[in-house]
Amino acid sequence: MGYPVVKGVSYVLAHTPDLVRYGSKPVREIPKEPDLLEKIKSHLRSYEDAVAYPAHQAFIGAIRPESLWEIEQPWFQHPLEGAQRFGPFGEIMPQSEFYGLMKVVDEFDLVQLDENFSAKVRPALENHPLFKDEDLERLGTGVPLQQLQKEIAGGALPIYENAELVGCFLNGHDEDENLNAAILMENLACKASGVLALRHLLTSFGPGPAAIDYVMNCGEEGVGDRYQRGAGNLAKAMAEKAGCVNCSGADIKAFCCAPVHTMVLAASLVQAGVFKEVAVVGGGALAKLGMKMRGHLAKSIPIMEDVLGAFAVVVGQDDGLNPRIRLDVVGKHEVAASSSQQAIMESLVFKPLDRVGLKITDIEKYATEMHNPEITEPAGSGNTPRGNYRMIGGLAVMHKLLTPGDLDHFVHTHGMPGFSPTQGHIPSALPFLGHARNRMLKGDLRNAMFLGKGSLFLAKMTKLSDGMSFILERNGG
Amino acid sequence: MLQGKKVICIGERDGVPAPAIAECIRTAGAQPVLALTQCFV
Repeated sequence: MGYPVVKGVSYVLAHTPDLVRYGSKPVREIPKEPDLLEKIKSHLRSYEDAVAYPAHQAFIGAIRPESLWEIEQPWFQHPLEGAQRFGPFGEIMPQSEFYGLMKVVDEFDLVQLDENFSAKVRPALENHPLFKDEDLERLGTGVPLQQLQKEIAGGALPIYENAELVGCFLNGHDEDENLNAAILMENLACKASGVLALRHLLTSFGPGPAAIDYVMNCGEEGVGDRYQRGAGNLAKAMAEKAGCVNCSGADIKAFCCAPVHTMVLAASLVQAGVFKEVAVVGGGALAKLGMKMRGHLAKSIPIMEDVLGAFAVVVGQDDGLNPRIRLDVVGKHEVAASSSQQAIMESLVFKPLDRVGLKITDIEKYATEMHNPEITEPAGSGNTPRGNYRMIGGLAVMHKLLTPGDLDHFVHTHGMPGFSPTQGHIPSALPFLGHARNRMLKGDLRNAMFLGKGSLFLAKMTKLSDGMSFILERNGG
Repeated sequence: MLQGKKVICIGERDGVPAPAIAECIRTAGAQPVLALTQCFV
């Protein structure tokens, strides 16, 4: 039986150190501590450091995630020699170009850029392979510095490049807090990074933007106004700027678990014959910039939550070549299931495998929450991927497939180190999808399970958590 | 040790969630008065 396939995957990072101050944690903490903003600024990384950071190079596909195990930690002190901006899956965009991109995808003139800054950004975007003449037209020529200062005095948010004021972000409504500058900036940053991921995807892989029937956004940003907070369809907004002229789209909301839910839904739409080509996209989470900065400042290490992450995937009909999404082995964390880790892993891993006669050890690679431990451990949040791998291995021990002494070997062979920025939904399993696809096309990997978890309880509507899983397998094997 | 005690349960999504802690302390004769799970990533 044929199953939908993954035709391509792209990943991008935008290095935005001067937006860290607008992350949720810094916004709450800066007013409490007079010199905190200066401390934050003194712990930000250069663009060159962000490009050479080994985990970022794994994210854009230049190195295998497992190779991070061979690099001495901390990775930020061991930059990758010869690291490049562009990798097999996408790129690491510098801040100035990202500001330009935000302007390009801004339909309501919310982003105002200084005229000198615009003139500096223009040639960089002209040289970028994914920007066209109409984008440069939308970039415009900028505004005088005095106008920026006037807008900021009236409530606009200043936009900086190092110490220099280079723009501002306007409020979208006088009274509606859902359309204030801070929230619209989050939403537009998500849109811009998602558009960049889609453009990389549809230029390098798959059938081209015009052939996409449907775009599904799995990002967590609550796009909407006072009467429909979180109403969304950022998917269609992204599709418009990625040239997907023949598609419609929708957002799928399920906290960090949304990417896995969305992949299953996209594959189901293809399998049912409703659409032939579906793009799944997740944009960056500005709110999560600087989230763990207290731990980083306390240990005098760089603030590593200085990048926005985004990805995009094309799911299409079986072509006999690309790896298949096994829709008969989907796992879900049921409402009636306990919220213990054991119960979650039983639902996501053991039950779906058991249904088709597979064992936990039959899956060659597991992709769980791929948070970079170098970001989380200094803040006391532990090593999320390792914990999850040990839990899956523990389940295998319970089912007498392994002994407790085999656990470390299981983690090493069936797992990988975390290599994704802590961008909410972005680290959730899918960072490995591009690597898995490449390995399966080369015949180096037979199958992989992708499992995500969602913290539904954070929204105070239920105490439940959530989880979902699917298996990708080599086509023809 | 926990018999008759009132307990605040703070759990973690990728560790031990609050409902699981609450379930455990109930079996030890305690009463969970608050059970909150947090997500640290």
